[in-house]
Amino acid sequence: MLKKIIIISLSIIGLSIAENNEKYKFYPVKKMKPLYYGQFLFDRLEYNDKNNFDYEITSWYGGDYRRIWIELEGEHSFKNEEGNIERLDLLYGKLISPFWDIRGGIGYTSSYGNVSKDRTMAVIGLKGLAPYYFEIDTNFRLTSKGEIYGDFEAEYDLLLTQRLILQPRLDTKFSFSKIEEIGIGSGINNVKLSFRLRYEFKREFAPYIGFSYTKLLGVTKNSAEQAGKDTSYFNSLIGLRMWF
Amino acid sequence: MGERQGRAFTFNGNFPAPLIKLKEGKEAIIKVINETNESTSIHWHGIRLPNKMDGVPGVVFPGIPPKSSFTYRFPVVQSGTYWYRSHTGLQEQLGHYGPLVIDPKYPEPFEYDRDYVIQLSDWTFEDPYKVLMHLKKWDGYYNYQKRTIQDLFNDIKTKGLEYTIKERLMWARMRMNPRDIADVTASTYIYLINGMTKEENPTFIFKPGEKIRLRFINSSATTYFDIRIPGLKMKVIQADGQNVQPVEVDEFRIAVAETYDVIVQPMENKAYTIFAETMDRSGYTRGTLAPKIGMEAPVPPRRPPSTRGMIAMGMHHKMQHHMNPMKYLCNCKPMQIPNSFGPDAAMVMKNPICRLNDPGVGFENVKHKVLTYADLKSIKPFEIRNPERQIDIHLTGNMERYIWKMYSYDGKDWSSEFHQLIKTKYKERVRLVFINHTMMDHPIHLHGMWMYLQNGNGEYSPRKHTINIKPAEKVCVEIDNDALGNWAFHCHILYHMHTGMFRVLQVC
Repeated sequence: MLKKIIIISLSIIGLSIAENNEKYKFYPVKKMKPLYYGQFLFDRLEYNDKNNFDYEITSWYGGDYRRIWIELEGEHSFKNEEGNIERLDLLYGKLISPFWDIRGGIGYTSSYGNVSKDRTMAVIGLKGLAPYYFEIDTNFRLTSKGEIYGDFEAEYDLLLTQRLILQPRLDTKFSFSKIEEIGIGSGINNVKLSFRLRYEFKREFAPYIGFSYTKLLGVTKNSAEQAGKDTSYFNSLIGLRMWF
Repeated sequence: MGERQGRAFTFNGNFPAPLIKLKEGKEAIIKVINETNESTSIHWHGIRLPNKMDGVPGVVFPGIPPKSSFTYRFPVVQSGTYWYRSHTGLQEQLGHYGPLVIDPKYPEPFEYDRDYVIQLSDWTFEDPYKVLMHLKKWDGYYNYQKRTIQDLFNDIKTKGLEYTIKERLMWARMRMNPRDIADVTASTYIYLINGMTKEENPTFIFKPGEKIRLRFINSSATTYFDIRIPGLKMKVIQADGQNVQPVEVDEFRIAVAETYDVIVQPMENKAYTIFAETMDRSGYTRGTLAPKIGMEAPVPPRRPPSTRGMIAMGMHHKMQHHMNPMKYLCNCKPMQIPNSFGPDAAMVMKNPICRLNDPGVGFENVKHKVLTYADLKSIKPFEIRNPERQIDIHLTGNMERYIWKMYSYDGKDWSSEFHQLIKTKYKERVRLVFINHTMMDHPIHLHGMWMYLQNGNGEYSPRKHTINIKPAEKVCVEIDNDALGNWAFHCHILYHMHTGMFRVLQVC
């Protein structure tokens, strides 16, 4: 008897639910398709008065929150056909706050020419916009040989006019240990301060002129002194910044 | 488009789409034949109709596929000035919009001799998806009115060193740009009246002494216009197609997707310029009211670029003491404001304020009368009763990534997902509290139902289909939930809508 009542009442409930569903049969709302997009930014493609070619390329692909990044930075000397790849990083990044991406992945650095040396490494870092509009990119690197070092970059855009923009920039490299093979000393290795004055014909196309001042510090400075090289120097430069 | 040629989305070969005239009390039957190679749709903006005729793909119907047709059929239950547009992708930016005028069943409480539709819009020769990608990749891509070193020196001269530095540091610390008024500006846009450029100068004829009704419709994808007719007072008689108690103004701002009807009465035998300046002041368009074709009036100069004050960052306590007396405009309170919305929001306004009596950015130093939302009083009273439910709508944004969201909070659940419906019951009175946590103005549009704007006018609260929410502002509206179904509920800035400021309100 109880069973019967339960069955009947359940079927009544079932029917009324079915009826309700029939009454309010609305079009099922579908998920919005996420947008995927990417960018190639040639942040620096420049030639300086020491007959060196410097480059920095940042590219990424992904959505708003998660992206794959490939970054390449280095210099090549036309004088003696040598140079170094300062970083070639393949990173996965996640937006952790409105202005900051945390990124991690693998990196590679090498110098070529007379002596060739290289390292692969694990990379973790932060990239984003700090308060007061400083563009920051900083990474810690653990090489396959167990050495740890890091790099730090900060840029700022100062608008002289809507299209003429002065960009001061600070680069530095620091290490917790001496990594002789790839020319890194312990402590802060160098400080490079540069200024670039670019003209944005379009947002995507901006030639520039500028100069940089490099100062070597600590162990790096000592080893440069021993090799008879300058420990601080000025460079004037000309270059192009573009993206698509 | 002026001298240049572009590719537009046309109706029967017309750009913009032709004027559709309907009559209140009759039934509308409109067959749309899609001859293009992409899916499309028509949404009847501001029109109350059966849910499945609302025309939003993915919300009420699958859209109109290529080489097929769809018949819209609905009873016409209202009158006034409206418009129609595509709700598919970014087709609206390509010209997929047209005016819609519904003649009333009963005589209107005002008289006029002539009647003109003035449809404002923005046009770019760029692919709209490319525009979107530019915004996604480069913050301020189209903004050529940022503050420069020159402005810094000028500000020091006029406002003093201490104030200038304090103010600059405040904006810089927040990583915000006070000149970020419009995402897309005259650097790519051409502004149009009825599809014509300012050089083509569309002319509207009158005889001196006649009363002319001008039906302003803002069909722009992203542009707000400030409209004035130098030398003439404008009497605002309708807002969003609804009669309002007449207000005489010198200028009014028309948010994206709003409509305003005004009556002007030029007495002299001369031409007048209808001047529509963009909110960021980067561009303008114009038309002419003239007794004869060919007559022209001087075009006023554009004003300097609009700059947001600290109030846009919620810094009203220190700066805006004189705003306090107007607190009575709004007694609603958001139920909860979180400390953070995660990466979606660059800012959280902990103390949003009511400023419906503030005409908005760019009008700080204007001497003449500018329409505000507080001036809008309905002619018909509306039934006051206590809302059964309150839903908070938090508008958030991250300019760096061009992420825009509408978070809803019903007292229990937070959500910003498009497919997560905001559920309400049929016939229930719901209070919506909008809180704008961004630095941009957002014109919020609810499909299918009226929003009664709580602007301090009690039972004479105006009803609107699109409500502009200024930065750091809270705005309270009530809805009656008198239409069943899924109703799109979104910011009407096309690129904000497309990148996430889009929700669905379900009445069941």
